[in-house]
Amino acid sequence: MGVIVLLIAFSLLVALIFLGAFFWAVKTGQFDDPQTPSMRMLFDDKPVSTKNKTLTNKTD
Amino acid sequence: MQESTLIGQTACFHCGENVKETVLNYEGNVFCCEGCRTVFQLLKENNLCTYYSLDEQPGQTMRTGIERKRFDYLKDLDVQHKLVDFKNGSTASVTFFIPNIHCTSCVWLLENLQNIDEGILKGTVNFIKRTVTLIYDESKTELRSIVELLTTIGYEPDLKLEQLKDKKIGTIERGLWLKLGVAGFCFGNIMLFSFPEYLRMDQSGSSEMFRYFFGGLNIILALPVLFFSGIDYLKSAWAALSQRGINLDVPISIGMLALFGRSLFEILSGTGAGYFDSFTGFIFFLLIGKVVQKKTFDQLSFDRDYKSYLPISVIRLEQDQEQSIPVSKIEIGDHVLIRNQELVPADSINMTESIDIDYSFITGESDPVTLNRGEQVFAGGKITGQTAELVIIKKVEHSYLTQLWENESFKAQKEHNLTSFADRISPYFTFTVIGIALISLLIWLRIAPSQAFTIFTAVLIVACPCALALSTPFTLGSAVNILAANGFYLKNTSVLERFSNIDTLVFDKTGTITDSNNAEVEFIGKHLTDTELQMLASAFKNSFHPLSLAVFKSLNQYVLPQKDFFREVPGKGVEASFDGGRVYFGSLGFLKEEIKGLDLSTLEKPERGSVVHIAINNEYKGFFRILHGYRNGLQKLLNNFSVLGTKLYLLSGDNEKEKASLENLFSNWEKLQFNQSPIQKLEYIQNLKKKDKNKIAMIGDGLNDAGALKASDFGVAVSDDKSSFSPACDAIIDASSLENMDQFFGFSKSAFKVIIASFGISLMYNLTGLGFAVTGHLSPLVAAILMPLSSITIMAFTTVATRLTAKRMGLKLWA
Repeated sequence: MGVIVLLIAFSLLVALIFLGAFFWAVKTGQFDDPQTPSMRMLFDDKPVSTKNKTLTNKTD
Repeated sequence: MQESTLIGQTACFHCGENVKETVLNYEGNVFCCEGCRTVFQLLKENNLCTYYSLDEQPGQTMRTGIERKRFDYLKDLDVQHKLVDFKNGSTASVTFFIPNIHCTSCVWLLENLQNIDEGILKGTVNFIKRTVTLIYDESKTELRSIVELLTTIGYEPDLKLEQLKDKKIGTIERGLWLKLGVAGFCFGNIMLFSFPEYLRMDQSGSSEMFRYFFGGLNIILALPVLFFSGIDYLKSAWAALSQRGINLDVPISIGMLALFGRSLFEILSGTGAGYFDSFTGFIFFLLIGKVVQKKTFDQLSFDRDYKSYLPISVIRLEQDQEQSIPVSKIEIGDHVLIRNQELVPADSINMTESIDIDYSFITGESDPVTLNRGEQVFAGGKITGQTAELVIIKKVEHSYLTQLWENESFKAQKEHNLTSFADRISPYFTFTVIGIALISLLIWLRIAPSQAFTIFTAVLIVACPCALALSTPFTLGSAVNILAANGFYLKNTSVLERFSNIDTLVFDKTGTITDSNNAEVEFIGKHLTDTELQMLASAFKNSFHPLSLAVFKSLNQYVLPQKDFFREVPGKGVEASFDGGRVYFGSLGFLKEEIKGLDLSTLEKPERGSVVHIAINNEYKGFFRILHGYRNGLQKLLNNFSVLGTKLYLLSGDNEKEKASLENLFSNWEKLQFNQSPIQKLEYIQNLKKKDKNKIAMIGDGLNDAGALKASDFGVAVSDDKSSFSPACDAIIDASSLENMDQFFGFSKSAFKVIIASFGISLMYNLTGLGFAVTGHLSPLVAAILMPLSSITIMAFTTVATRLTAKRMGLKLWA
């Protein structure tokens, strides 16, 4: 039965790690702005120079 | 010839405006003006053309306001110190509010500024707040060049006097999240550890050790919930009690302490498993309610004063040298230059021959005022037309405009309204609960004294107004969200109650019920040919006068011919000549002066509105009449409110010229007051409040209404553009939603019916629990079921009921 004590202690530890992660997320401001990150993911992080050709022909 | 086909059809590659006059072709793209082309060129040179591929034509038009702004004042160390958030060695961080942020492209560009200025290390945009935080290296770049860069690419930061105040750093929101997280964590774990107890598994042999083990863990987990997550309730209850009052937090705190104390006692004495699961769950749900209630509208600001309206800098003339200095450093006697569309920072004397100044925001006068040399100019007026030279006669904080804020109604809080409905019933609730607990204590002391203490605490536990405390935030939270989806933004949930109680509505006129963008322009006089109209359109376009702008908008469809000659006499009129002839427009006096022997026999007398007289080739043609149209649906709104029995007043800073048409629009006005100064408006509201104990909602838009908004029970600011300035108020309403305000009023009343219904439900739960408690059957399992169940019922009921009500009233449920 002693194994239950060990398991519970361990599960509590894991849960505490998640709580710590939550604290970190709040403290680094991830709960401050729920909107902008959803737009930021649309950006290409490739070099931007290749884009120029495709977009200049719109008005021709 | 290709150019002519492009006219009126092509959109500018940068800003998307229709390209009209001259077409600028650059690298195969069409631009409406030199400014837009420059931005494109700059971005292209720096490999930032992704800007144009994320959203179509994302830019801001650079056609207007190309005039170079001066940012010399940003060199001032004092100003820098106050604008910069923090400094670490040579790295500094600064946050700008940029109203132009509107799409994905904006976010992208502002976060990639390091491609243009390598001194900028990192940019972070907050889209909702429309701010960008820039971290930059002071050794490589400076504040001034960053602001200049932002302005060049069309993202001019909104720098207002307000930013020179000391910053307050608010992280209340984060604290609430942490408290909620801790409560949820402990609630979940205690629930798990209590499971064996629910299933009565402790009958087996080695249970004694586990009971202490689980009990000990539960105590450890409950401690942070009491001392971290729930501490605000205890503090608030203590504050109320020490002022001999009782708010809703008092019964909540009694319940909390009873739960915690009883559980601690049971575990330590080995007599039971305690109610820690109910305790933590209770606080967890309460905090969820708090998060719902705390929801704010970040993009809106509800407590602005004149400081967020006045500019941060001004151009001072010193020995004929122009120098930009912070407004806070203006001294009496300084000569300053104010350009077209700029604001006068402090009371001063006009030194220019004649200037036009627009006071609509400050006094409510709808037409611009013309001032001659030597006349006094009040702070907050907007210069229209030519650049004005002024001599300062009062410091900013002593100006006419700012005096309003010295009135005592700005110092007093709206104290009497701070107690909510739930708080008002709390004393009765608390005394009833304590009464029942004491009676059962006395009865049980006779029947079975050993049980008496248990029963006493059980009553306190079960009577804890968990559901009661949740019904208000959840109902008001969803009500506020629904109203926001419909264009009515409340400062917080507690002001909704004040709105639902109003019986008197006071309207401002200029900008509130009239719509300056919706001016009706009508030509009255002789027939004008197309050529004549084209010439007029071109001449009106080049004039600075606000009335000219309104007339030009109505002549928007005409092709503009090239002008040979153009002359504007500020405040009087314009002369312009074209191939087709010579046009004059302006005041009648101006025309008489310019054209000798002008035949005015055809002159009609305008009934109301502002007029611009026209003469073409020395012949009087008639006049354009400009009426500031009333907002759509105004008549319906007034009638609906009057059916509801609401008294309607009008307080205007303008003159009486529109009295007749306002009475025509709606006949049941309680009173129409004209020529009211901002202070008079404030006092009028105060008197109205004293008389008959009226509950007043004031609806206004400008700084001239600021005092009245503050003095009223519920101040509403009307705003065409949410990011533009609106004075301090309890709610901001989208100008387009003003016509639905009667619906919002009805809805807010219904929201309180929902709250009362949910109070009924929560009392039923409390009574059921009491039944268990006084008979001595409140086991931890019953408590653990009853408490979350009642909370969840209330959350579901209030949310669904509020939305159903909104749907029945025809309001939008989602934005």
